[in-house]
Amino acid sequence: MKVAISATAASLEATIDPRFGRSAHLLIVDTGSGQIVGGGRNEFADAKGGAGTNVAQRVVDAGAEAVLTGSVGPKAIEVLLACKVRCYVGAKGTVREALAALERGELKETKASTAPGRGGRS
Amino acid sequence: MRIAIASGKGGTGKTTVAVSLALARGNVQVLDCDVEDPDAALLLHPQVSCVEPVTVLVPELVPERCTSCSECAAACAFGAIVFAAGRFFLNEELCKDCGACYLVCGEQALAPRAREIGTLTRGEARAGVTLISGNLHPGEAMASPLIERVKARAAADRPVIIDAPPGTACSMVHAIEGANLCVLVTEPTPYGRHDLEQALDVAALLKIRTAVVINRSDLGDSGVRGLCAARGVPVLMEIPFDQGLAEAYAAGRPALEAGPRFRPLFEELWDRVVQAAGSAERFPTRSRFKEHAE
Repeated sequence: MKVAISATAASLEATIDPRFGRSAHLLIVDTGSGQIVGGGRNEFADAKGGAGTNVAQRVVDAGAEAVLTGSVGPKAIEVLLACKVRCYVGAKGTVREALAALERGELKETKASTAPGRGGRS
Repeated sequence: MRIAIASGKGGTGKTTVAVSLALARGNVQVLDCDVEDPDAALLLHPQVSCVEPVTVLVPELVPERCTSCSECAAACAFGAIVFAAGRFFLNEELCKDCGACYLVCGEQALAPRAREIGTLTRGEARAGVTLISGNLHPGEAMASPLIERVKARAAADRPVIIDAPPGTACSMVHAIEGANLCVLVTEPTPYGRHDLEQALDVAALLKIRTAVVINRSDLGDSGVRGLCAARGVPVLMEIPFDQGLAEAYAAGRPALEAGPRFRPLFEELWDRVVQAAGSAERFPTRSRFKEHAE
């Protein structure tokens, strides 16, 4: 399964970036091999608006079935859930640790936004 | 004739000046374009005659026509449209109604839908003052379309006084655009001076004449006066700090009604405003109106 993870850098040892839409990097990791198979610097990190929905679109385009992040806003989660992407929030530590936590079933799956909406604005 | 009352800095007395100027002149239209905090009504107490919704258009998908080509998302310069897994998502607060998505959609699968962003209130106050206020719904990002709607409602037969929002961003620009004169209300403090300079720069870019009213003029420092002298901007009125004015304001009464000495001051301000605007009044004079109103 491919998982999209918000991270501060493009490495399994990088720290999780708690923001979904405005994370520094968005990594696509294959849980089977445990390797980074796609993603990179988040071009929407400093977008004027619409970061969450546009990153959600990239996640869907990349074929990820789940998102690992700190929190997700209401607009982004609408896109993710509509596209059958599972959202796991409250991820902490490194990307590797978050993946391990997911495997152990320790991350909370959410069906609702966990961050305040910003009306599309930055 | 259109006179905009703006400030840069908030809380300097824009609404105080706009409302008292309007009551002193009489038979004018006041446009409350401070649509995030429209409070001229708190001083003018108009008889409200109509409240109507103000909407902007956003694209709505006609699913049976959509081929999921996602060209609308690619054409949207504001990131408002997202296509994910062949599905259309609209972040409607981001839509500026530029129309690009409708143009690129070869299937005509997008249809404009009205989205309410605020309301417009019209009412009659005393002295023949008509108040038209824009009221932006909380959380809405786009004040400018609502401001344009308020301005479009003004009739051409009477002078217009625009109560502009504070600051020097889009909404202030839209509010003062097209004015014959922008009266900047300021206070003699470093903050007042700083923000006044920004407001003067914006008005200069828009090629709008400017004049200044200094509120609480006996407090603070000389920076504002120095700036006005350096930029050649006339100071039309100085309002010294007055507890009676503050009390009237706190009770929801216009400065004009805080004491008998204030009316002549604001009548004189109107004459100076007209002069500074550089256009003779082509409307019924104040004295003629007074007979009619009082």
